[in-house]
Amino acid sequence: MSPFALSLKLALWTTLLLVPVGLLLGRWLARYRGALKPWLESVIFLPLVLPPTVIGYYLLRLLSPGTETGGFLAEIIGQPLVFTFPGLVIASLVVNLPFAIQPIQLAFGNLPEQLREAAWVSGLSASQTWWHIELPLTWQGIVASATLVFAHTLGEFGVVLLVGGNIEGSTRTVSIAIYDSVQSFDMQTASHYSLALLGLSLAALVIVRLSSRPRR
Amino acid sequence: MSSPRSHSALEVRLHQTLPFELSVSLNCEPGELLALVGPSGSGKTTVLRTIAGLHRVRSGNIRCGNQIWFDDSQGIHVSAQIRKTGFVFQDYALFPHKSVLENVMLATPGQSRLERRESAMSWLHRTNMQGLHAKKPGLLSGGQRQRVALARALAREPNALLMDEPFSAVDQQTRRKLYRELAQLRRELHLPILLVTHDIHEVQQLADSLCLLHRGVSLTQGPVSQVINRPQSRTIAKLVGHQNLFSAKVVRHDARYTYYSLDENTILGGTAVHELKRDSSVSLLIAPTAISVNNAIGDTDRSTLAEHRLPPGDYNRLIGTVSGAVELGDELSLRLRLDSIPKALRFRIATYEAEKLNIRQGKLLSVDIRPDGLHAMVDRS
Repeated sequence: MSPFALSLKLALWTTLLLVPVGLLLGRWLARYRGALKPWLESVIFLPLVLPPTVIGYYLLRLLSPGTETGGFLAEIIGQPLVFTFPGLVIASLVVNLPFAIQPIQLAFGNLPEQLREAAWVSGLSASQTWWHIELPLTWQGIVASATLVFAHTLGEFGVVLLVGGNIEGSTRTVSIAIYDSVQSFDMQTASHYSLALLGLSLAALVIVRLSSRPRR
Repeated sequence: MSSPRSHSALEVRLHQTLPFELSVSLNCEPGELLALVGPSGSGKTTVLRTIAGLHRVRSGNIRCGNQIWFDDSQGIHVSAQIRKTGFVFQDYALFPHKSVLENVMLATPGQSRLERRESAMSWLHRTNMQGLHAKKPGLLSGGQRQRVALARALAREPNALLMDEPFSAVDQQTRRKLYRELAQLRRELHLPILLVTHDIHEVQQLADSLCLLHRGVSLTQGPVSQVINRPQSRTIAKLVGHQNLFSAKVVRHDARYTYYSLDENTILGGTAVHELKRDSSVSLLIAPTAISVNNAIGDTDRSTLAEHRLPPGDYNRLIGTVSGAVELGDELSLRLRLDSIPKALRFRIATYEAEKLNIRQGKLLSVDIRPDGLHAMVDRS
C-alpha cells in the first residue's frame, strides 16, 4: 500500500472510531458541572500540549509485547501492536482525542438547555429530541470534529514514527514518506506528498470554517 | 382543531430543605389563572419547572385531577412528555432552525402530518400569527415570538398551561396587547393556568388568584384583591409592594370603627374588626388609594392645624410636610413626612390636582384617609 493510501486508511479508521466517542464525551462534558471536570478535560486535552514523541514513547511502552498491558492486548488481538497498523490506529485515537472532543463540546455548550426542555414539554422523546433539535443545531461541531481528526491524522508524524516505525506498505504513512524522501534527496516525491497534504489540510480548514458560520 | 376537553384542577405540594428550602402548597382550578408571585430567587421558576417535570424535588406530590404526576411516597415521577403541560419559557425557547409552523407542529399530537399541520395552523391563527408561519423565529419580534411560544404550548392540548414570565421581554405596548389576547384566549380554554411574574400590575390585570412565594415558601394563596388589599401579615404586605405600613395598637372598637393609635396623639379609625383584641399590637396598612388631599395649608403656618384635627373614623386626617414629590406621567408621587410619627406616608395624586393646590416640596399638607383603606395585621412574634 502506498504511503498516501495508508495515511488515508489510517485517517478514515481514526475518524470513524473517534467521532462517535467524541460525540458521547463532548456532549457529556458540555453539560457536566462536577468537580472532576477540570481534571477530566486536562487529561483529554493533554495531547494538545504534550510533545508527540512523549506520547509516542508512553504508547510504545504501553503497547510493547514485553509489557503487561502490551502482552495482554497482543494476546487478545492475536498479534503485537507496535509496528503494526492496529497499533498505529490506537496511537492515532489517543493523539486525536482532543480534536474530536473540543468542537463537539463547544457545539453542545452553545446549545441552550432550555431548547431540550422545550422539546420534552412539547412531547418529544429523548431520541426525537436528538434528531429534531440537538443534531440539526450541533452538526457543524460534529463535521468540524470529523474534519479536524481526519486532517490531523494525515499529518501526524512523531507518534506514528515511534509506535509504527517505518515499515513500507504497513506503517509508512505519508508524513514519514516525506521525511524519508527529503533524507534521500528525493525532492520530487517529497514535493508531491507535501502538496497533497497542503491541499487536504487547507480543504479541511475551509470545511471547518464554512460549517462554523453562524446561521439564522 | 381539537374538540373542547374537560380539564382537572392542579394540586401541588412540594417540600425539601436541601439543596434549598422549598415548601409550597397551591391549587389551581380549571379556568383559573393563578399568578405565582415573589421576588427574584424566591423559587417561582423552580416550582413551575417541577410541575412540568423538568425538575425533581425531594418530597411532595403533584396531581392533576386523578392523574398523579409526582408522589415521592409512592415513588412516582411521571416524565415531562407524559404530563402534557404547555410551557411558555421566559425567553420562549423556540427552535431556531425550525419555521414558526414547524415549531408548533412538533408539539402537535396527531396521526398524519396533514392533520398536525392543520391543527398547528389553527393555533397560529388563534394567536394572531397567521401569515408568518414560514418565518424562522430569529426574524420575529418579541411579541410574535411570545405568540408562537403560546401557540406551541397550547397545540400540545395540555392539561395545564405554565408560563414563566412570558411578558418580561416585550415592550409596554405589545405587553398590553398580549394581555388582551391572553385574557380572551383563556376564556375559551378552561385550563388551569399558572403565570410566574413579579409584576403586581400584571397580576391585577390578568390573574384570578395569587400565590405568594418568599424564599421558597408559599406564604399565602387567595383572590388577587384579597391578597393585595387585605394581606395577612406585614411580610406579605411588603412583598406585594405596600409601603404605608405602620406599627400601631388597637385602642377600642365601636359599632362602625376599630380605632388604632400610631402614637399617643395620632388615632385612626378603620372599618370595624371586632376580632382584634384591645391593646394588641398590629401592623397597620394604609392603602394609597384611600388617601386624598384635604388641603394644602401653607408653607409654615401651623396655626390652623388645630381645626384640622377632627375625630378619627369619619375623618382620619393626618398632617405632614411634603418631603418628596416626583412627577410620574400624569400623576405626582408624594412622600409626606408626618408631624406626629417619624414615618412618611406615600401616595399619588393627579398632576393637575397637585398644580391646583400648588403642592411642592416643603409644603404642609393635610390628607384624609378613608376608614376602609385601613387594614390591620396582627403582629406575630
